[in-house]
Amino acid sequence: MKKHETIEKNIGLMGLLVFIVVSFGGLVEITPLFFQQATTQPAEGVQPYTALQFAGRDIYVREGCYNCHSQMVRPFRAETERYGHYSVAGEFVYDHPFQWGSKRTGPDLARVGGRYTDDWHRAHLLNPRDVVPESNMPGFPWLDKNLVDGEEVARRMKAHRDYLGVPYTDEQIQNAAAEVNGKTEMQALIAYLQGLGVAFKNKR
Amino acid sequence: MTTFWSAFIIVIVVVHLIGYVWLLRSTAKMPEGAKVGETTGHVYDDDLEEYNNPLPRWWLYLFYITIAFAVAYFALYPALGNFKGLLGWSQYKAHAEEVAEAEAKYAPLYKKMAATPIPELAKDPQAMQTGQRLFGNNCAVCHGADARGAIGFPNLTDGDWLWGGDPETIKETIMNGRQGVMPAWGQVLGEQGVEEVAAYVYSLNGRQAPAHLLEAGKAKFEATCAACHGIDGKGMQAVGAPNLTDNVWLYGGSLTSIKETIRNGRTGTMPAHKDLLGEDRVHIVAAYVYSLSANKGHGRGEQSR
Repeated sequence: MKKHETIEKNIGLMGLLVFIVVSFGGLVEITPLFFQQATTQPAEGVQPYTALQFAGRDIYVREGCYNCHSQMVRPFRAETERYGHYSVAGEFVYDHPFQWGSKRTGPDLARVGGRYTDDWHRAHLLNPRDVVPESNMPGFPWLDKNLVDGEEVARRMKAHRDYLGVPYTDEQIQNAAAEVNGKTEMQALIAYLQGLGVAFKNKR
Repeated sequence: MTTFWSAFIIVIVVVHLIGYVWLLRSTAKMPEGAKVGETTGHVYDDDLEEYNNPLPRWWLYLFYITIAFAVAYFALYPALGNFKGLLGWSQYKAHAEEVAEAEAKYAPLYKKMAATPIPELAKDPQAMQTGQRLFGNNCAVCHGADARGAIGFPNLTDGDWLWGGDPETIKETIMNGRQGVMPAWGQVLGEQGVEEVAAYVYSLNGRQAPAHLLEAGKAKFEATCAACHGIDGKGMQAVGAPNLTDNVWLYGGSLTSIKETIRNGRTGTMPAHKDLLGEDRVHIVAAYVYSLSANKGHGRGEQSR
């Protein structure tokens, strides 16, 4: 058992071997997902974000909405009854990074699109307690004042196309700035929220 | 999954399992020439040494049990590539079964309630408890847990209705939603016109408004607003135009709010719940909403916001 002793007394070698053994787990669980149609192809009806939604998504990330809201309806009745059809991998192919989250202080938002009106969202984002008295969500009043930077949105969309494979056309990227300039961050965020999960809107 | 990736997973997993068995067996034996009770020769902190003994049996068997568990799991559940497992279990099937089970349990209850006419159902305490839960889960976010609404979201308890408060209309509203549109009149009326019409509307329920604006306001109201709100300002439920002569204001009844409403318009959307809830449950919610104001002596305009 000389070999055994060699491994035990060389912590570097042992670390390397442990790493190799553990990495096989990732190789089996993660690698095949990069090559599955279910995870790499959009689900039916799922479109890349429009420029305004795209801008809104960045605001969602910036404000840390994912800290309290998940975007993943799990296949349990208790969830599908409340939120709608369970999430499928093909809905998230244009999300870089995805916003599944891991904690629900607030409700899941994967299917919030079309559930409430734009006016409701605006009132709710300005001061959630105006419409839901028992809510403990913070207000985001500055979203109504800040304007979206169109040039930056266009640049980011281009990056998503060039490096992450989101199929934006040249035209979409060219028009992006014009589409979002003058819009408030509030409008962008609401546009994003209203587009969430709508591909499966009428499925139960 | 393609055959390649399926095989990729199966081969790595199986080779690993076999590898673990081999590792356990090969390290469980004492090395040649070594005896139980000898130390490894390591000395820590001056006097701490460690035995070079094999693993205790019970501990070793725990490892074997985890391996046996894995083998059983791989056989029964979908874990190895495309192999579906002997149980045929899948998360989507489990979900479908769960839903079907609940459907079998609750559908007859809902059916029974849905067969009862709304005014009668509104007096059934059990149905109203169900209705309250459904309302809490689906309607309270906008209309409030107490159904008293908020700015822009109608109060459902005051007996004042935008689209009509008879049972069938309430049900229709919940089933198919409503789209209330007050157009923006700022461009048409001009700022002076907005001031005048606002003053007139403000005065409609008996409040004092600047007198010098009223006459012009009345004329402009009759030309522009009466088509929906009626000559007398009492509204028209067919188009969801509110009664302006009472003390109920969806967007606030201050002069400032009224001006804002006339200048920039308002849109109110009640989303359709036909697909979300299904007709049976909509029927129950409609009865609950009906029960909130029916037979409670609320006249139009009794409540103010």
